[in-house]
Amino acid sequence: MSERLRIENLYKVFGKYPSDALRMLRDGGTKDFVFAKLGQVVGLNDVSLTVPGGVMYMVMGLSGSGKSTLARCINRLNEPSAGRVLLDGEAVLALDEKALREVRRTRMSMVFQHFALLPNKRVIDNVEFGLKLRGIPPAQRRRRAEELLSLVGLGRWGHHMPHELSGGMRQRVGLARALATDADILIMDEPFSGLDPLIRTEMQDELLRLQRTFNKTILFITHDFQEALKLGSRIAIMSEGRIVREGTPQSIVLEPGSDYVAAFTREIDRGRLFDARSVMKAPAVLWRGPAGTVVGGDGGGFLLDACERVVAGLAGREISLLRETGELSARRGSYVCVPEAAKLVEVARSYRADHTVGVIDDAGRLVGVIGAEQILARIAHLPASGAKS
Amino acid sequence: MIRADDLAIFPIEQWIQEGVRWLALNLRPLFQAIKSPIEALLGLSDWVLQSIPFPAMVLIVGLVAWRSAGVGVAAFSVVSQIVIAMLGVWAEAMTTLSLIVTAIVFCAVIGIPIGILCARSDRTWNIVRPILDIMQATPTLVYLVPVVMLFGVGSVPGEVAVVTAAAPPLIRFTNLGIRMVEHEIVEAGLAFGADPRQLLWEIQLPLAIPTILGGLNQTVLTAMVMSVVVAMIGAEGLGLVVLQGLGRLDVGRAAVGGIAIVLLAMMLDRITQKLAEPQRGQRTALVQVLMRLMRGGRREAIAAQTEAEENRQAA
Ligand SMILES: Nc1ncnc2c1ncn2[C@@H]1O[C@H](COP(=O)(O)OP(=O)(O)O)[C@@H](O)[C@H]1O
Ligand SMILES: [Mg+2]
Repeated sequence: MSERLRIENLYKVFGKYPSDALRMLRDGGTKDFVFAKLGQVVGLNDVSLTVPGGVMYMVMGLSGSGKSTLARCINRLNEPSAGRVLLDGEAVLALDEKALREVRRTRMSMVFQHFALLPNKRVIDNVEFGLKLRGIPPAQRRRRAEELLSLVGLGRWGHHMPHELSGGMRQRVGLARALATDADILIMDEPFSGLDPLIRTEMQDELLRLQRTFNKTILFITHDFQEALKLGSRIAIMSEGRIVREGTPQSIVLEPGSDYVAAFTREIDRGRLFDARSVMKAPAVLWRGPAGTVVGGDGGGFLLDACERVVAGLAGREISLLRETGELSARRGSYVCVPEAAKLVEVARSYRADHTVGVIDDAGRLVGVIGAEQILARIAHLPASGAKS
Repeated sequence: MIRADDLAIFPIEQWIQEGVRWLALNLRPLFQAIKSPIEALLGLSDWVLQSIPFPAMVLIVGLVAWRSAGVGVAAFSVVSQIVIAMLGVWAEAMTTLSLIVTAIVFCAVIGIPIGILCARSDRTWNIVRPILDIMQATPTLVYLVPVVMLFGVGSVPGEVAVVTAAAPPLIRFTNLGIRMVEHEIVEAGLAFGADPRQLLWEIQLPLAIPTILGGLNQTVLTAMVMSVVVAMIGAEGLGLVVLQGLGRLDVGRAAVGGIAIVLLAMMLDRITQKLAEPQRGQRTALVQVLMRLMRGGRREAIAAQTEAEENRQAA
């Protein structure tokens, strides 16, 4: 996961002479302060972030927080006032017009909120658009466009006009158009915000599916925290042109860091956000013997072999028995294990009374155990100790 | 009490006269250069229109009307042409038509590029706009003054006046059409790496075409009006029929010219108006609004344009 896109101390002030505004911002002035003093609108205020290759990086914020400005400063639809944008280490802001066009044609493409399809061209021509601008011969670009149209599930729609398609289908066209250029950085500015909730969910799943195939580096703008959580590997939360919190979805929900961010996290479905790894406890060793090692606690445990793989499960009462007698009963009970990335809802679903759920890594080794109280505490948004009355 | 006549009278008349004489003398090659392509095209189109046999012409115009505007307008065109012929002014009507056709060609060749330049640079538009305002506020009759001074009299100077009067709407609507292309679509073009030329040809012009055709309709109507007025500086055609009728107090003759003019104007209006209505796409509503405004008159169209621009800037 090498770093693809890096933004350093980026500022954008809308107005002809931004230098005064920049000075104020650097001295700690806020967006409102600058507007009150100079009447200039601040779009971005000292934004820095790093997007690793192959991930979906979410930028989340309320309307007017500067998300679009950030997206548009990266491909210079908006010209930043100060700062640096580095694409694979190359300074995008230093490019001349021709080099910038080349970057836009071959290395970054964009998906728009209102689709921005050409209404006078057929769907297939829209998908070909980027390739046509690049001067790719007609037969070749047609082949590529057809390929992408069927990938997004619109193989039969190439000869229709955009206005004959539903919103979700149009955005599929937008997506196909962006993917057709082979640019491996995708900037998506609220691509699903204009769609009905059901279609939106469908499109999110579609994007996740496509992302498994294409493995693009995606900067995804959204005002929907749920969407950010669902799609993102990392999330940056913006307010008034600044990034106020940045991190993985789980870490942001766990430690919002400010009331502003906490407000977003309040309503979310934690059971679907947090995974087993985030709540598991390290397994405590209870017993060692020729049959293997027993780990676990009062709620239940596991018998492990020499490679730490689970051989059998022990119910809570068998653990008590083991503690009393120091003897492992000959009975070999069944057990439940989940992978580290399993979400808490799945863990809860496999939970059985008087047993502990085990967490195993890719190699099948037991790396943690989860009891009911850990799941409940995390879902209920209580401190991990569960000490609240 | 001081009276207007008491004021010393500046010899402005004389100054202008001398100034124009100087211009005409020293810039003669320039005016000649302006005149000669107009003369050539006007001659050609007049010759073509006059030599097409009457039934063929009726058929051609009917077909064009049918293709672009439907059966109703086609039927109307056919009947109108037959009536014009029965009024005995077919040749004059063709002369007027050639003035209009030639004017359309020149207006398109001059007006669309200027409109494009205006759309691309606010500075250019800020210079061109007041000029267009003055040109469109000027009564058509007043156009004749500088034209006669610089180009003389006859059909070719008349055509110069027609082109000058008819070009402004096309410039305006071209500028407007390009500026009104949805911002996000233009940005999509830029984001995918369109250069200025590609942006113009792939996005801006195609999407502006309905609006530009609306401007063309205005241009045709203005050319129609002007092609009649220029009879006063010696241009031939239906205008001359009216003028001669009035001069001889021959009301019948004047009315014949008038009826033919109205029929021709309605025919051209209907045909070009339908052109501006798009067959598909999302712009229908917008264009319909524009068309309604244009029918309501030029002033409202200008108001609509200003409003659209303000909206764009606010957005
Ligand atoms: N072209 C512009 N001119 C002036 N101000 C702008 C322009 N574009 C955006 N802004 C302002 O910049 C701020 C951030 O806008 P934007 O990036 O569009 O927000 P978001 O996408 O998060 O809703 C807003 O206050 C907006 O009014
Ligand atoms: Mg936005």
